[in-house]
Amino acid sequence: MTRKSNLAIELENISKAFPGVLASDDVSLQFRYGEIHALLGENGAGKSTLISMLSGLLQPDRGQIFVNGEAVALHSPRESLDQGIGTVFQHVLLVPTLSVIENLMLGGGWRQRFDRAASLKRFEELSDLLAVAIGPDVAVGELSLGQQQQVEIMRALWRGEGVLILDEPTSMLTQQGVHELSQVMRRLRENRVALIFVTHKLREAYNLCDRISVLRLGRVVGSIAPERLLGMNEQETIDEVISMMFAREEGHDRDAEVLLASGSPKRRRTAADPSTPAVLSVSNVATTGRAGECPLRDINLDVHAGEVLGIAGIDGNGQKHLAEVIAGQRPVSSGMIRHNDIDITGQKVPARRRLGINYLTDERLGEGTVTTHSVATNLILKAIGEAPHWRWWLTRWGSIHAEARRIIRDHDIRTPSETTLIGRLSGGNIQKTLLARETSVGVNVAIFNKPTHGLDMQNTRFARDRIRDGAIRGIATIVISTELDELIELCDRIGVMYQGRLVGVIDNDEGAEKKIGLLMTGAATA
Amino acid sequence: MADLLTVAFITSLLLGAVAAGVPLLLAGIGEQMSEKAGVLNIGIEGMMLFGAYTGFCAAFYLDSFWYGFLFGGLGGMAVASLMAVFCVWLNMNQIVIGIALTIGAEGLTALLHHFQFSRSYPRLSAADTLAIPGLSEIPVIGPVLFNQHAVVYLSIMFMLFLIWAYKRTYIGLNLQAAGDKPAALDVAGIDVRVTRTGAVLVTGFLTGVGGAYLANIGAGLFFPFMTGGAGFIGLVLAMLARGKPHWVLYGAILFGMSLSLTTALQVAGFNIPTDVVQMLPFAMVILVLIVLGRNSRLPAALGLPYVRGER
Amino acid sequence: MIRERENHTPLAEARDNIVGEGAMAAARIMLPILLALIVGGLILIALGKNPIEYYWYVIRRGLLSPTGFQATIVRMAPLLFIAAGLIVSFRAGIWNLGTDGQFLLAAAIVAALSPVLSPIMPIWLVFVVCFSVAAAVGAGWALIPAFLKANYGINEIITTLMMTFLGISFANVLIKIPFNDPSTTVPQTATLAVEDRLPRLFDTPVHIGVVLAVVAVIGVHVMMTRTSLGLKLQIVGANPRAAIHAGLKVPLLTYAAFCISGALAGLGGAVEILGVWGTMRADWNPAYGLLVVPLVFLARFHGIGSIAIVLFFAILMIGGESASRRLGVPQSYTLVLVALLLIFMALVEFLDHRWRRMKTS
Repeated sequence: MTRKSNLAIELENISKAFPGVLASDDVSLQFRYGEIHALLGENGAGKSTLISMLSGLLQPDRGQIFVNGEAVALHSPRESLDQGIGTVFQHVLLVPTLSVIENLMLGGGWRQRFDRAASLKRFEELSDLLAVAIGPDVAVGELSLGQQQQVEIMRALWRGEGVLILDEPTSMLTQQGVHELSQVMRRLRENRVALIFVTHKLREAYNLCDRISVLRLGRVVGSIAPERLLGMNEQETIDEVISMMFAREEGHDRDAEVLLASGSPKRRRTAADPSTPAVLSVSNVATTGRAGECPLRDINLDVHAGEVLGIAGIDGNGQKHLAEVIAGQRPVSSGMIRHNDIDITGQKVPARRRLGINYLTDERLGEGTVTTHSVATNLILKAIGEAPHWRWWLTRWGSIHAEARRIIRDHDIRTPSETTLIGRLSGGNIQKTLLARETSVGVNVAIFNKPTHGLDMQNTRFARDRIRDGAIRGIATIVISTELDELIELCDRIGVMYQGRLVGVIDNDEGAEKKIGLLMTGAATA
Repeated sequence: MADLLTVAFITSLLLGAVAAGVPLLLAGIGEQMSEKAGVLNIGIEGMMLFGAYTGFCAAFYLDSFWYGFLFGGLGGMAVASLMAVFCVWLNMNQIVIGIALTIGAEGLTALLHHFQFSRSYPRLSAADTLAIPGLSEIPVIGPVLFNQHAVVYLSIMFMLFLIWAYKRTYIGLNLQAAGDKPAALDVAGIDVRVTRTGAVLVTGFLTGVGGAYLANIGAGLFFPFMTGGAGFIGLVLAMLARGKPHWVLYGAILFGMSLSLTTALQVAGFNIPTDVVQMLPFAMVILVLIVLGRNSRLPAALGLPYVRGER
Repeated sequence: MIRERENHTPLAEARDNIVGEGAMAAARIMLPILLALIVGGLILIALGKNPIEYYWYVIRRGLLSPTGFQATIVRMAPLLFIAAGLIVSFRAGIWNLGTDGQFLLAAAIVAALSPVLSPIMPIWLVFVVCFSVAAAVGAGWALIPAFLKANYGINEIITTLMMTFLGISFANVLIKIPFNDPSTTVPQTATLAVEDRLPRLFDTPVHIGVVLAVVAVIGVHVMMTRTSLGLKLQIVGANPRAAIHAGLKVPLLTYAAFCISGALAGLGGAVEILGVWGTMRADWNPAYGLLVVPLVFLARFHGIGSIAIVLFFAILMIGGESASRRLGVPQSYTLVLVALLLIFMALVEFLDHRWRRMKTS
């Protein structure tokens, strides 16, 4: 790969549209060798679209991509790889049933001989370069997420170290993992690799990258060059980014908070009275899980009316099981769950819903909704067969649709009608529907699993407001989240999940972040 | 019971098992390849039947068994190509198309047979077998294992080749990726659809050869609907074999024996009704599924079309 | 001027939209049928037959002739029962390809049972008992695939296919041995006297089983679209994980879908025996099950649509049976048409989907 100039990739006036949305709007950017360039923007700003175009998954409608000074058309991932562009996507794209070395060898042509020795050699080269130690014959499904990501980086660089694109790489990592990643990135930078770091967290962009380009609504609204960035402190950077994004907008302070996930969020002032008996009480609960799941081990927690209990922790430490076990979706293998002091351990979802226990799942499309059915149907999804919409097992569609129309109006759900298939709605509106469903009248316990995941700033604010409102109305609330700042903002107490245990529940006061950080690594138990 | 163990009975049983088992083996390892790659090939019964027909026609008109096998394979591949176009490239529902192809092949071959052979019902003369000198003289297993048509030996060798290829070449790797996580294969730069198409076409060829064997060697003629579920049994074998070709072989021998049990029993002088014996292979499948069912492992992306960039 | 304004009122626009949508829906059904008939016709030409002559004969015989049309209506009875069963199973996401086995076994048992009961019970009771038994047999034969699916997640395509082959052989065994009527030369069950079979309508061969079948299809449609059970089944079929999340009892609903589907297929067998044949010969297998699958798909699992398409197919079958004798075009041609129908339907679906996506971009 010749490097005629410092310029690895140049995007010139790139535009890409999908039905109803302009994902990329006249984007022009430059990526240089030996530089870590951050693409910063909220969810929905168009970062993923740009990455997809660079990795050959999509083609631009207009504009031109230059690699090493030459105009190229990247029609497939193979062509992108041929150009030396390696991409590590947000979701792991490794085959879990194959070993590390087999995953890395994937991509060899059909007629090429199976040269294990050569592959192992390259594997060791890259292991040294990245300073990682992973056995080549381990099945990928058995590695931790951080290790899988390292394998992904190796795979992206397999054919040569040219350009490396990292799409939101820290969302699944521990603090330690982020630190290791940043070291890997620095080593690659020293080796003249061009790094593109896509993120929605300003702090990360500031700490880890040399140059920051800011995207909003598909457009590049500004850039901070390395020379300038070196001389700015974090607050100055925050201010500059905000002014870039909201140059012409009013009332952006709260949006900014969300975007930046930065310090001094408003800490929650609790209205709960911990002296009253707990509404929900979980004692010594354990579960069993299949391969790949993290089961619960001896969980104890209490939630009071009007209180917000946060559950922090890296994904995959038992949060899913915790939510499901409280909702009644998963049976306990031992232990007891009490609601207002009544044993409800044996009761399943319908019974618990009748008691007022609701669960908003993190998987909106996979589990929370049925995309081929209407908004109205999805709103009553968990109450099929119950009055007032059912009489003698007959469905009263008129009543269902009337109530759906009311809910759509009251909750500002943007949809052509209540009969529209919910799969057609945007992520934010789907979440609004789910929020409406799970925070309806009569709810007294609500569990929210990653409620703002993948939402843009406006919808994130909306969701957090609704959670807050519910708690004010007296709902005993549990919020599971991987975003620490979200928990700091919303919760009275925060517990940390680690390998299926609740390793500590602390009050949300000064210094909480530090304690939580420690607990998340399993280093200490409070 | 002693009557059952006569040489004549056992030999007849085993010979019949081979005759019935070869199509099952070929269909099974063919289907296994498709399923590895993530394609659920319900049309396999249609591929076998069509291969039986084209194979018979070729052997009959061209007076050559080898042409019979070639054209049998091509016939199966022709049906498979439709499967590839509709399901892999146009992302249509694999099950609906599979049923359509099976019904279509049944109808078309019956139709053509009616116009060509229904008055004459021609038979092929017995095929030449390849006897391995010395070994084929051994009583019972001699004629069974060492005096078969060359295609039988080729099938076994191909199965061994596949075992090796799956472990040691990119064929196994790419197919498994296509079936377990096609997105990973795509990002690695290999076209998922081309991979799956290749798998489906090979399946068609193998199954077609199996059908041709059924018609030309097994029966010596073609009659409508003659496969009688053999393709579907191959499908079951593939699902139970957990990705290992030699397990398909064991299953094929087992089911081949139960299919040939009728004739063998008649040779031995027993008068068990055909229908009871015919139930045996299918009852066995159900039994095996009930007992071993919880262990069947299928590729994660089986039956799901791959669309690049789909969320 | 005034007329222009009228055409732009919301009502007029809505009316245009409905007409437009209706035309589209009709085209989506008519186009595959037309294409299948054309391509099938080309095959006939290649075989030296005249397709126009064939199709015209089929219409004349199956639809326009009084006796032929009656035969068509009678043929619809088992087909509609199977269609009803498939509507339930497919909407619940269950591929019940075992309807043939369920059909035949129920038929065999009803064929053996009815002549035994008819001398000792009032005739209406015989029917009630036989229908109940047929439904139970059909549902029972679907239990094993249901169990394997609900408990081990085993793909029901395989299990139902295997059960069909088992069912065919088992029915034959029953007819040839325990149920065999010794007084007949070919193996078959004792014959039910003509006066003891299902009552006829208006002195025609059309028996009330046809009416029952139509009621079954409409009943299934109403159940699926307007009852809580129907909605639950649809949710399980559309997104099993969401069904679990919503607190639905998925294993129970899976059993329900299998058993209702099997029961309806069994009723199809009963109606055919009690209404038409009065007996069941060994090796009798009209194999309606797999043929109804594409018909139900073409109707998009809609009740009234299914009835219409089954009618069309029944005309084809009756006309085709006659044509095979008169014109030398064998019955297997119907299979070819069905396959073509299915493929063209999938193609039209696909193109329509593509066209819609292009419109919205």
